[in-house]
Amino acid sequence: MTAVALGARADRGVARRRQRWLRALVVAALTVLAVVFVYPLVWLLSASFKPRAEIFDNRLLPRTPTLENYLTVWDAAPLGLWLANTLVVTALAATTVTLSSALVAWGFAHYRFRGRGPLFGLVLATMMLPGAVTLIPTYLIWHQLGFVGTTVPLWSGNLFGSAFYVFLLRQFFLRLPREPFEAARLDGASEWTLFWRIAVPLCRPALVLTFLFEAQASWTDLMRPLVYLQDTATFTVPRGLKAVIDQFGPGGESQWEVVVTASVITTVPMILLFFAGQRYFVQGIATTGSKG
Amino acid sequence: MTTSARARRERRTGLAFISPWIVGFVVFTAWPILYSGYLSLTDYDVLTDPAFVGLENYERMAADPQVRLALWNTLQYAVVQVPLYVLVSLALALLLHQAGRASGFFRTAFFVPKMTPPVAVGVLLLLLFNGQYGLVNEALAVVGIDGPSWTTDPAWIKPGLALVSLWSVGTAVVILLAALQDVPTELYDAARVDGAGWWRRTRTVTLPMISGALFFVTVVNTIAAFQMFTEAYSAFFGAGTSSYSNDAALFYVIYLFREGFAELHMGYASALAWLLFVVIMLVTAVQLAVSRCLVYYEGEQR
Repeated sequence: MTAVALGARADRGVARRRQRWLRALVVAALTVLAVVFVYPLVWLLSASFKPRAEIFDNRLLPRTPTLENYLTVWDAAPLGLWLANTLVVTALAATTVTLSSALVAWGFAHYRFRGRGPLFGLVLATMMLPGAVTLIPTYLIWHQLGFVGTTVPLWSGNLFGSAFYVFLLRQFFLRLPREPFEAARLDGASEWTLFWRIAVPLCRPALVLTFLFEAQASWTDLMRPLVYLQDTATFTVPRGLKAVIDQFGPGGESQWEVVVTASVITTVPMILLFFAGQRYFVQGIATTGSKG
Repeated sequence: MTTSARARRERRTGLAFISPWIVGFVVFTAWPILYSGYLSLTDYDVLTDPAFVGLENYERMAADPQVRLALWNTLQYAVVQVPLYVLVSLALALLLHQAGRASGFFRTAFFVPKMTPPVAVGVLLLLLFNGQYGLVNEALAVVGIDGPSWTTDPAWIKPGLALVSLWSVGTAVVILLAALQDVPTELYDAARVDGAGWWRRTRTVTLPMISGALFFVTVVNTIAAFQMFTEAYSAFFGAGTSSYSNDAALFYVIYLFREGFAELHMGYASALAWLLFVVIMLVTAVQLAVSRCLVYYEGEQR
């Protein structure tokens, strides 16, 4: 073995050792950061089991754990009703937007026709449109139709597809080979069958992703419930939580344990949703950015 | 003959599939934009018919100190929040990219907070950033820093909101990490052979290769920053037993919302919406122009 080869091997050994050190350092840094990111959620959950006097003690575990706050909140606010309202709105919003966006995305992905390019350009343009711009006229439309005060405006706009999901689903539909569709067409399958029986099943993960994204967006939205809902009985949980903040938080009685517990109840369903669909969430977001 | 018949059928079917979007676009995008343009020239309180007043709303806006305050607050917030947000998400993505097999676990940890409803983020801001008892100041005290009154001192409200927004970098981190994983490893090997260190490799290989994703994250986040509403509104505005509000947290969309839905000044609020529209379009156009020089897209002819 020549000296040069020996030297190279020694170099590689040093490099590998440095690499290992570096990785250990990276993992240590990430661990600290991960604690910083997750801690607020843990803090919130823990605080919801603390009596009022201990909320701000910032201890990880409650000194005198209690379920009192949950009973108080349940009495003070119609949380069961709010949760039920939100569940209905979220299910409707996510289902309608998934179906309608899939239809539109398929139309853009599979069929070639004049005007398709410019129309899809419009879809992309509306993605960049700030929501605040259409807030007032949209409110007036629902006002005209007599739906202000109901949860209808919170989901029924989703019947018409949503630019972001159309864009996302089109990416997936474009990847499908055309041959199976041509073959099915020769066998006399209708265009609807091609979409519903072939394209949709093949792109199921993308549809699940759309559903999950919209479920999260719909569940956590505060702006539209603030605009459209007036009666406490129609509130969604975020809107209800805002009412709880107003009553028990800075504007009211400073009973933070109530606010904290209501926040936990508002948040937990989303954490569950995330862990149920974790695979889809992370992969799906990865696809949105790289093609953006 | 048959080909044109087929083309016609294809067109008809394609249009049928996209028809829901066309209807939605006309009813919920095109019409609202035009209608709000008209409303901005009127005095309208929903109860009586809109009365045409010409440019009065715009003149009023120019003289309205609240508009100036709201614009200034929003601008200050965006200028601090957007770079901070992009840098932090980039730093986290770079770290995750180096973490090897453990990166999946950490990615989850960074993403989970994103699931928290913004209202609850507002609550966390009030509690964790509490000047006296908050966890943040307690942590700062450990390293000998006397933390400010984040939630009451007007000078510290926007920095507090910007910091709390970093808690939701999850989406941006996942997008940037995916872009990093797309960078061909040969490029790194080539740079390494040329003797480029980590910093140099990052600057000359990584950043140009992920500039498309960085640009996407920047633009989307800028538009969101200009529309800051929920966290600030949840924490600093409300009508409880005593109504409360905070000038330092009066962001543009909060002002628009109050003018429109609390005061029922629909005409004025529409004018406000148009100004926001123009401002956001201008900012996006500038970013687009700058990106032309900075962003590298693969397969692009230069």
